[in-house]
Amino acid sequence: MERKVRSHPTQNESLLFEISSPGKKGYQLPDLDVPPLDMAAALGESNVRREIEGFPEVSEVEVIRHFTRLSTWNYAIDLGVYPLGSCTMKYNPRVNELVARLDGLAWAHPYQPESLSQGAMEVMAHLERALLEITGMDAVTLQPAAGAHGELTGILLVRALLEKRGNPRRRIIIPDSAHGTNPATAAIAGYQVQNLRSNELGGIDLEGLARAVDEDVAAMMVTNPNTLGVFENDIAKAAGILHAKGALMYMDGANMNALVGIARPGDFGIDVMHLNLHKTFSTPHGGGGPGGGPVAVKAPLEALLPLPRLKRIGDEWAWDYDRPESIGRVRAFYGNFGVLVRALAYTLAHGGNGLRNATVDAVLNAVYLRKKLEAHYELPYSSPNMHEVVFSDDRQAKHGVRTGDIAKRLIDYGFHPYTVSFPLIVHGALMIEPTETESKQELDLLADALIAIAAEVESDPEMVKSAPHSTRTSRVDEVTAARRPKVRF
Amino acid sequence: MRYLPKSDSERQAMLAACGLASPEELFSHLPPETRLKRPLDLAAGISEYSIVDYFRARAAECANGYPSFLGAGVYSHYRPVVVDTVVSRGEFLTSYTPYQAEIAQGTLTAIFEFQTMICQLTGMEAANASMYDGSTATPEAAMMAVRITGRNRILAARTVHPEYREVLRTYAKHQGLPVEEFGYDPATGQIDLEDLERRISDQTAAVLVQSPNFFGVIDNWRAAADLAHRKGALLVFLFTEAVSLGILEPPAGADIVAGELQSFAISPSYGGPFAGIIAAKEKYLRQMPGRLVGQTTDSRGHRAFCLTLATREQHIRREKATSNICTNQALIALMATVFMSLYGKQGLRELAEQNAAKAHYLAGRLKRRFSAPFFNEFVAETGSRRPADINQALLERKIVGGLPLERYYPELAGCMLLCATEMSKRSDMDRLAEVF
Repeated sequence: MERKVRSHPTQNESLLFEISSPGKKGYQLPDLDVPPLDMAAALGESNVRREIEGFPEVSEVEVIRHFTRLSTWNYAIDLGVYPLGSCTMKYNPRVNELVARLDGLAWAHPYQPESLSQGAMEVMAHLERALLEITGMDAVTLQPAAGAHGELTGILLVRALLEKRGNPRRRIIIPDSAHGTNPATAAIAGYQVQNLRSNELGGIDLEGLARAVDEDVAAMMVTNPNTLGVFENDIAKAAGILHAKGALMYMDGANMNALVGIARPGDFGIDVMHLNLHKTFSTPHGGGGPGGGPVAVKAPLEALLPLPRLKRIGDEWAWDYDRPESIGRVRAFYGNFGVLVRALAYTLAHGGNGLRNATVDAVLNAVYLRKKLEAHYELPYSSPNMHEVVFSDDRQAKHGVRTGDIAKRLIDYGFHPYTVSFPLIVHGALMIEPTETESKQELDLLADALIAIAAEVESDPEMVKSAPHSTRTSRVDEVTAARRPKVRF
Repeated sequence: MRYLPKSDSERQAMLAACGLASPEELFSHLPPETRLKRPLDLAAGISEYSIVDYFRARAAECANGYPSFLGAGVYSHYRPVVVDTVVSRGEFLTSYTPYQAEIAQGTLTAIFEFQTMICQLTGMEAANASMYDGSTATPEAAMMAVRITGRNRILAARTVHPEYREVLRTYAKHQGLPVEEFGYDPATGQIDLEDLERRISDQTAAVLVQSPNFFGVIDNWRAAADLAHRKGALLVFLFTEAVSLGILEPPAGADIVAGELQSFAISPSYGGPFAGIIAAKEKYLRQMPGRLVGQTTDSRGHRAFCLTLATREQHIRREKATSNICTNQALIALMATVFMSLYGKQGLRELAEQNAAKAHYLAGRLKRRFSAPFFNEFVAETGSRRPADINQALLERKIVGGLPLERYYPELAGCMLLCATEMSKRSDMDRLAEVF
């Protein structure tokens, strides 16, 4: 364990409301260069509040220390491998942060004249071109704010196309290995969910699909590679089954980082898909957002994309609002522009061959970890994996230790856990995605840690079950938190 | 490549350990017809210097250093330096959603503080960990009201941000939730209560009112709340200018509050990323969409925080979830949290007062369209000239003027929406007024 971590003290820190005291300040406003205003007279006596009860009063120094101390209680990619399967926690290049903060981009108002927004619009157009080449699709919208938002946009597009053809249909087929957002999205878009059992290899069951698809099925939502990290070899055939009945194939692009430069959804039968810029394209997760969820489509869906759309008029970009068939807006303005800037910077840094090399390393890292760990953990599906690998806790469960316990013990070794208990088709899943931005040394340390824990499970299971032991916060009581919710100070 | 931390010999060693002769074998199991058989048609990778150079050139093609009087949902407020200092820390920037509470207490504690401050600002009892933005928080709040009331009709004021209403319509259309709009008083710019009374029924789930409304006018949400409550509907209070909550009475009489925090140290950034909020009465907590952080203890009895009430969410409930959302806008919400900490109880009030003073100074030099009190935005009449012509004349003086309203409100063709903040200099306001 010493090779990766030793203990060091972390500082205690109270909540802002506890360090607040009246009269402390962290701000100074410029002098007012216009006459002061009588608030009650100008805004209406009954409209003016007395005070913001309970709001903190702290100094700038305390603000810096407060948040810096809090930050030391977090794990982060900057500290080491973050092997959350499906989440693609790769290095977030810092130059991306710099360029997103350039004044002309960061201070661009969405309603400023188009003539003074050409640079921002070109950034978006450039990213659109790159995403189309990477996905093999025909058109893309950058408006959705996150992956789940992109899913909703994509399914609304499916519905709009089918409505245009006369019948929106009623059902969406979703494999039992899918992310939970897929069924939640289908429901919000007004569809019933029909679950499809995976076959014995964890992939699409073509026969089951053929039985399930009829003229009432709008689409299938598929993740490829699927959540086992396995490429769906029958993807084109599955798309054919859907297309034969007038249904569409939607691809959840959560795992696109396994395909960039290798295979393109537009070439294997996909009609609509979303991308997660905060996964494949390296924009920071930031503790849970912001993200970016562009949606790419084949030509028949282009007219339906959210408005406005970028349009070239002569030498200039313009916003086209004259889109009568559009599904409408899914978000105000044009999308998470600052995230788009970062994604484009990442794409430019790698370039075409570089992006492919990144995919190769992402898959190599996952295959390498599988090789190192398969003697120690149960591998429920033996198909070749791509960017992630899923083990089960079958062997450890015999000692009463479950995947969640192993995850917590991994924290003691200085690592963030893998994704726990997902996908649901693997009982007690350990879902590991190293990404391409990990060195061999870091991967070896991670593998050594997991191998050591497998031995601990046999020698001292109780110790593993009560982990983590080294963190400032020991195992957190989530049951009480949910039973008696306290969501504010 | 600088983002790929391996030497070629290490790659070879790893491939050999996997029993592979070449990287190509990693993909040999893919059906040939699915493979891309050529290199991606994208330029070769470039250096960090070249990346900076490219984006500097794009930035230079945008409005640099122009004083701007645009608001309309995106406001130019000063961003204290400390905000970026905090959010640039890798421990915040490069961490994931805090599922593993033991090593995510930093993010969780900050979100708990965020939720608390949003409650204090809005007069609500519970707030979630943030939404994508105000425009998407709007349909989520309406859908929440539908779940709570078991009714399905939504009534939105025409004075709600037009793009928020567009997003609401997109979301509502396919869920069988009819959205109807009610008008505004052409003299005051406030909601038309008689029109609301005519349209509200015992099928109405929610009445949506924004204040300050899209015209900058402090709207009569209290009267709308009374009308809604009399019919058993919920009042959803919306806001786009969070700084107004520093001086204006909090909407404690609303049932759900949804809004946009861009004003709290979040760059305009051509429209995003921003952070929205949803706050509500505590009794509606379990109907909230999005992430929630709750207080608990660890096994040693120390105070600790964790994500909670996940049984509402998509990864547990799948198609029965309250929303398909699986992230908040944590880093952006953190910007707002740092901003609120710095300004605090006194500072936010002073900031709001400066905004009101500046906007009232500017309005005093122009002809206002509406009579009701306003905060830091107002609608100005442009007289015999078209708003577009005035804006063109302003651009020649390197000033970005207001938003012409005709696209959204044909009846306001001779009007533009102007905004002044603490960043608006008196000299620039004087120069703007001269052009009118």
